[in-house]
Amino acid sequence: MSVLPYVVAAWLVFIGLYGIVTSRNLLHLVVCLAVMQSSSYLLLLSIGYIDGASAPMFSDVSPKTKAVDPVVQALTLTDVVVGTTVTALLLALAVQAHKRYGTLDPDELRPERPQG
Amino acid sequence: MKPATRRSLFLVAGGVLFAALIWGFAGLPDFGDFNGAYGQFLNGASTPERATTDVITAVNFDYRGFDTLGEEFILFAAVIGVTSLLRTLRGEREGAPDDDAPGRRVPETSLAVRITGLLLVGPTVLVGIYIVAHGHQTPGGGFQGGVILATGLLLTYLSADYLTMRRVGPTALIELAEGLGTAGFVLIALGGLVFAGVFFENFLPIGTAGRLLTAGTIPLGNVAVGLAVTGGFAFMLSEFLQQTLTKRRREVR
Repeated sequence: MSVLPYVVAAWLVFIGLYGIVTSRNLLHLVVCLAVMQSSSYLLLLSIGYIDGASAPMFSDVSPKTKAVDPVVQALTLTDVVVGTTVTALLLALAVQAHKRYGTLDPDELRPERPQG
Repeated sequence: MKPATRRSLFLVAGGVLFAALIWGFAGLPDFGDFNGAYGQFLNGASTPERATTDVITAVNFDYRGFDTLGEEFILFAAVIGVTSLLRTLRGEREGAPDDDAPGRRVPETSLAVRITGLLLVGPTVLVGIYIVAHGHQTPGGGFQGGVILATGLLLTYLSADYLTMRRVGPTALIELAEGLGTAGFVLIALGGLVFAGVFFENFLPIGTAGRLLTAGTIPLGNVAVGLAVTGGFAFMLSEFLQQTLTKRRREVR
């Protein structure tokens, strides 16, 4: 039994999280989140893998051929779409933060004071 | 919070998370040894039942179409979110589009980039349409093809300029694609309810596997999602470009 895919998935979570915690730039932070999210793609695909099986495509092989699980692959597609949309929203927020505070350093962002 | 404090806090919290992850991973099936009855059933059923040789597309657009509906609305909501975040704010005005950064002019795009971009537009759009149209047979589908199609629009910006991109893909057209695609997918689902009595039931003739116009509503769903994704991504890309190129701080009088 190989545990390498699971080890890599866990590694991606932690290296991404470490990047987010120590980030000094909002763009870098968004990329770290994307790295962290990519661990879920790897985890899903590794769970559905079956030794010696092919991709769940039967355009040139018989439908009785052993193939890996298609449901987790469909879930991964959903995951990629969600990842992209989250990245887009966060980048839009980073653009506005930069406009308002003139910096992308999360440490220099301060809560907005109510304007009287 | 000091960076050192934060790092040691992360080490503690990370250690707890690591333990929880190991505990969770221990319950997973061994790698290469997954025994998911549902997936194996779908692998065997989707070609005879739906004439769909790409089982992932059959899952996304037929067997679990309801989940894809949710996924499409996530994209729709994100497009609305990006649009409202990047609107023209108070104290801003829209100027003529200009590639510049504070304190320096951006050099003009080189001829090599322009020509390569121009040459790539046609093939990119063709590949995008192919990926959308053959989603039920080979790897691909509405989501993948839609992203490629939106890239085609971005290539026009690369090979010409922002105004040309807006002429090739006017906002009204992009919004129309986004709206039609999202609504079209809902209508296909409702069609199942009207003609076959079940939401998302495949109500069109299935045909023979391997032909283009088969698999009932699956290719239609791919086209609808393809339109929605093309529109959504093109819209977000042009919003970001508009933000950097045309929004200027209004001079304080």
